[in-house]
Amino acid sequence: MATAKQPMTTDTLQALTANRLIDGLVVYLTETGEWSTRVDDAALVPAETGEIVLAATGEQAVSTNHVVAPYLIDVETGGGEVNPTRFRERIRAFGPTVNTSV
Amino acid sequence: MYQYDTYDKTLVDQRARQYRDQAERRVEGDLTEDEFRPLRLMNGLYQELHSYMMRINIPYGTLSSAQLRKLAHVARTYDRGYGHFTTRQNIQFNWVTLEQSPDILAELAGVEMHAIQSSGNCIRNVTADAFAGAAADEIEDSRIWAEIIRQWSTLHPEFAFLPRKFKIAVTGSPNDRAAIRVHDIGVALHLNAEGETGFEVVVGGGQGRTPMIAKTIREFLPARHLLSYLEAILRVYNQFGRRDNKYKARIKILVHEIGAQPFAEAVEKEWEQIKDSALLLPEDEVARITSFFAPPQLEKLGPTAPAFDAKRLTDRAFAAWAKANVVAHKAPGYGIVTISLKAPERAPGDATHTQMDAIADLADHFSQGEIRVTHEQNLVLPHVKLTHLFGLWQALAHHELATANAGLATDIVSCPGLDFCSLASARSIPVAQRIGRQLSDIERLHDIGELRIKISGCVNACGHHHVGHIGILGVEKKGEEFYQITLGGDPGTDAAIGNIIGPAFAGDRVAGAVENLIDTYLAQRSTNAERFIDTYRRIGAQPFKENLYATA
Ligand code: SF4
Repeated sequence: MATAKQPMTTDTLQALTANRLIDGLVVYLTETGEWSTRVDDAALVPAETGEIVLAATGEQAVSTNHVVAPYLIDVETGGGEVNPTRFRERIRAFGPTVNTSV
Repeated sequence: MYQYDTYDKTLVDQRARQYRDQAERRVEGDLTEDEFRPLRLMNGLYQELHSYMMRINIPYGTLSSAQLRKLAHVARTYDRGYGHFTTRQNIQFNWVTLEQSPDILAELAGVEMHAIQSSGNCIRNVTADAFAGAAADEIEDSRIWAEIIRQWSTLHPEFAFLPRKFKIAVTGSPNDRAAIRVHDIGVALHLNAEGETGFEVVVGGGQGRTPMIAKTIREFLPARHLLSYLEAILRVYNQFGRRDNKYKARIKILVHEIGAQPFAEAVEKEWEQIKDSALLLPEDEVARITSFFAPPQLEKLGPTAPAFDAKRLTDRAFAAWAKANVVAHKAPGYGIVTISLKAPERAPGDATHTQMDAIADLADHFSQGEIRVTHEQNLVLPHVKLTHLFGLWQALAHHELATANAGLATDIVSCPGLDFCSLASARSIPVAQRIGRQLSDIERLHDIGELRIKISGCVNACGHHHVGHIGILGVEKKGEEFYQITLGGDPGTDAAIGNIIGPAFAGDRVAGAVENLIDTYLAQRSTNAERFIDTYRRIGAQPFKENLYATA
């Protein structure tokens, strides 16, 4: 079975994710305050500061109707790649793991 | 097929326009998500893991070729080129945008389709035997009654906010292909000694986290009383069903807690009040609905078709397909064809836009322009001449649609699971694909015979794992995907909920476990004709369990 990428290191950081209002796609808040569909673009902050640093921007994006239901996720970095820690979040970031081409 | 009257048409058109306005207001920011969510759900639009998903009703699983072509068009224009047929005989599009969702509903309204009541605590799309109107064993076309129920339950003001969602299924045949005993209400057509039609009414079945088999609360209900009786059941449920706890809110819990007999008495009491009300079905109304389901004009043919028999003798692949995927039609010289949506490496139930277009054309050519959706996530051409089967098979093969596995071990039912569904605990589709790979030898597959494998990605059981001969349930354990296996489930006439066989398996060990169960079956079956489920019933779980965990 194709598996989602496994995390490689253990420094736990946080990123802010949501779904974009217009098309429902998974997005991540970037350093410049944009929303990207690539988890690699996500702004990463130490786990303990996620709530303070990122959450407010998420609320702002909800109030301007750009994204829906933002929340923080734990990610790990390694080999220059960002990997969500939870399995479900890895599927959100890299899935579907099944072929969806027609 | 049923055709909308002006009432239906106005209702669906109005709803599509109303939704467009709501979606536009959401995009412009005039509605918040909290305000909009219930509105989009009322129109079948869910936020799933990767995008919006739209669920569209296919009443009792019946489609015209024009409707299927429209679904192909929607897949091509508004999605990523494919759609997913579900265990509730509906279709879901996985990659819909909020902006385009009103266009989809407008397009669908043009072919008399919609997404009303495809979500929420209301009466959902009514399901029925996918072979209705064609099956050799049926008493009457169950879609007539499903359509009567559809009209009654659509926007029924009293039942818009039930304690929980509510599902009704109808069978017109003694061989239940509509899984009525795992529905909130199931009705089965019977003839009484006087030759009148009526219904056995069963209540309180369901799957999910508390699976239950429905209990019979009335052996024979004269057909004209169908709606008043259903209304009485819904009223009792609406009044006494638990609203305090989502997990105890389905009617099955109520029936279980108070007992089937007291529940039946409460229904009968309520029914006494309303049985002769406006809900009594007038004969002319039944006749009017029946006329929409008039049997197709089929040729008078003999029961045998020498050309078909000759082809079967000379082409093994065709013979294998005809054996698995074609069953007897009530009209001599015709067959009912199951088009398997379970080709190797495909997601169970998925069809691409080109496949949908091709099937629509083949339905026009070979099957009176009619298509059915089964709760096993396949499509059906209900009225095909036996002499046309070879040509049809060749055309299907051209579109990767001639997999000879209907009812066999690779005809796996699978919900979307964690690859798409935001409620999932684990993935389903890759498990199905792995089992499919393992069982790819067609000779062996046919030797194994009927075996229903069903997979759900969480306890909600959309993949009907509780009624799989082998059921597979995805669970999350310490952040990893694990799969619990159940044996002995059955959705049909001998409905049963499967039993958990033992500790769960890691994702990469599930296909091996299934293989092991099959080996036990093959070693234990009394004859080649004894099906997996029959062997299980005869010898019980122990021999399966011993072999399965022997090396663990
Ligand atoms: S069973 Fe669970 S994972 Fe599968 S579709 Fe239903 S809710 Fe989603």
